[in-house]
Amino acid sequence: MSAARSPRRSARTRLLVFRVTVLVLTGAFFVIPLLSMLDFSTRVFGGDGRTGAAWALLATDPLLRGAIGTSLLLSLLTVVGMLVLLVPTLVWVRLRVPRLGRTVEFLCLLPLTVPPLVIIVGLTNVTAWLSYLFGDTPSWLAFLYVVLVLPYAYRALDAGLSAIDVTTLAEAARSLGAGWFTVIVSVVVPNIRTALISASFISIALVLGEYTFASLLNFDTLQVAIALQSKSNAQESVAASLASILVAALLLVGLSFISGRRRSGRAVVATAVAPTPTGPAPTPPQEPR
Amino acid sequence: MGQGDQLSRQFRPARLLPVLGVVPFLGYLLVFLVVPTLTVVVGAFVEDGRPSLAVVRDLADPAVLGSLTNSLVLSAVTALIGGMVGALLAYAVVTGPADGALRRLVTSVCGVLAQFGGVTLAFAFIATLGISGVVSVWLDQNLGTGLTSSTWLFSLKGLVLVYAYFQIPLMVIVFLPALDGIRVQWREAAENLGASTGQYWRMVGLPLLTPAFLGSLLLLFANAFAAYATAAALVSQGNPIIPLWIRSALTSEVVLGHANFAYALALEMIVVVAVVMTGYSLLVRRTARWLG
Repeated sequence: MSAARSPRRSARTRLLVFRVTVLVLTGAFFVIPLLSMLDFSTRVFGGDGRTGAAWALLATDPLLRGAIGTSLLLSLLTVVGMLVLLVPTLVWVRLRVPRLGRTVEFLCLLPLTVPPLVIIVGLTNVTAWLSYLFGDTPSWLAFLYVVLVLPYAYRALDAGLSAIDVTTLAEAARSLGAGWFTVIVSVVVPNIRTALISASFISIALVLGEYTFASLLNFDTLQVAIALQSKSNAQESVAASLASILVAALLLVGLSFISGRRRSGRAVVATAVAPTPTGPAPTPPQEPR
Repeated sequence: MGQGDQLSRQFRPARLLPVLGVVPFLGYLLVFLVVPTLTVVVGAFVEDGRPSLAVVRDLADPAVLGSLTNSLVLSAVTALIGGMVGALLAYAVVTGPADGALRRLVTSVCGVLAQFGGVTLAFAFIATLGISGVVSVWLDQNLGTGLTSSTWLFSLKGLVLVYAYFQIPLMVIVFLPALDGIRVQWREAAENLGASTGQYWRMVGLPLLTPAFLGSLLLLFANAFAAYATAAALVSQGNPIIPLWIRSALTSEVVLGHANFAYALALEMIVVVAVVMTGYSLLVRRTARWLG
């Protein structure tokens, strides 16, 4: 008995050693830069001790304060735009035109394949129109950000809608005399609250971290301001970077917590965040016979 | 039900009406996604309002070609490093309890870190290994490395290290489902037939995982190739990679004597990413057969 078991036990020990080694080494690779940021941003150069001066600047520096305001406003506008565009469309497709489901999915995931840099190069005409219509304000960046967050928001909302029986809910409401607006706003939406929150959280996290669009269109959002500020005060930039990572991490971990409270939410963050379809293979839409 | 009946059903307005509900969504994506992509594809072949190959031909400029090579090498190397380390990390996680705290922690953290590119990541590494970085100062004092007087972090080598920071977590996220698809029963069946651990991996495990692994590598490749913000924040001078060429083309209007050069560069990016993603979806289809 023990002779048969011992090779298995040694295999188990080897596996344990392997797991601990991998986890410790990769953990160190990921944690050291974060700790370095904390150390760097609180260090007194040419002296001893710690200072919170760089962190205090986050609240007082006008450039950074303005940029934080701009980014928060943009994330709000993006969340509103994303929800208004996506929720009615997805509900409608499920209820009335299920044959368009694959097309809508394909279009929603398309921004993962087209690099943002390509979009911004091709958008010069559209951005000229936007700045003509809305003036020289960063707010219209939200139109572009809606496209950017589309795949992630789509996954969250689609998962939420799959978890409930939309058709039965809608038929019940319709047979009681509700119009389509009522069906969407007061029947479906309250039932997918978790999915709405997930989609909003990930959108906020993405908008707060966005740099490509804003910098190439010359708008001072948070990330652009962080990059600009580094030329005069590197410690402040590092402090702001660490702060923005922490906010994004809080949002995304909060997301996993919210969806984890419900059933089998283990993979929700992963599916929401993974940049390309990890689910079943994309198959071409089937022709109706 | 006759054929004609079916046809008239298809074209009844009542059947077309519901489609109208999707029009705002389609219109939005048309303006903000499809039109820009088409603008790039068409614009690359136009000069002074006339069809021309002059702009695309300039992609063969030695400086641009060198950057393309750099971009491809950077993407390939970071995909390989990210892929291998990420696969090991995923395996270390998957061999633990399926609902354990470790697994939850690692997937959540990887979800955050895979998104963590751009300016913040650049500053994380400047604070760590930059000229007055915490680790570079320590290494110089204790091991005499000379990192604080070197600019390697802002070169291609530095980009490899920095990109690994988001490539490894991405690999964990995309590769975990494949590892989950491996059934314990296969292992048991192999052991019952007398296979050793090595034989099991060589003849069952690895062949099953290879398409998923290669697919994930392609995904990582495309991810690195399309990445812009991290490199833009780290490299302020010169254009070592293609995305930074696009930055100069956009900010200085005329590059290599062409106003449309950004279109040609963007087209080059589309082509590379499209080829890679086609390979990816082919491999995913193969993977789904066993591990789906």
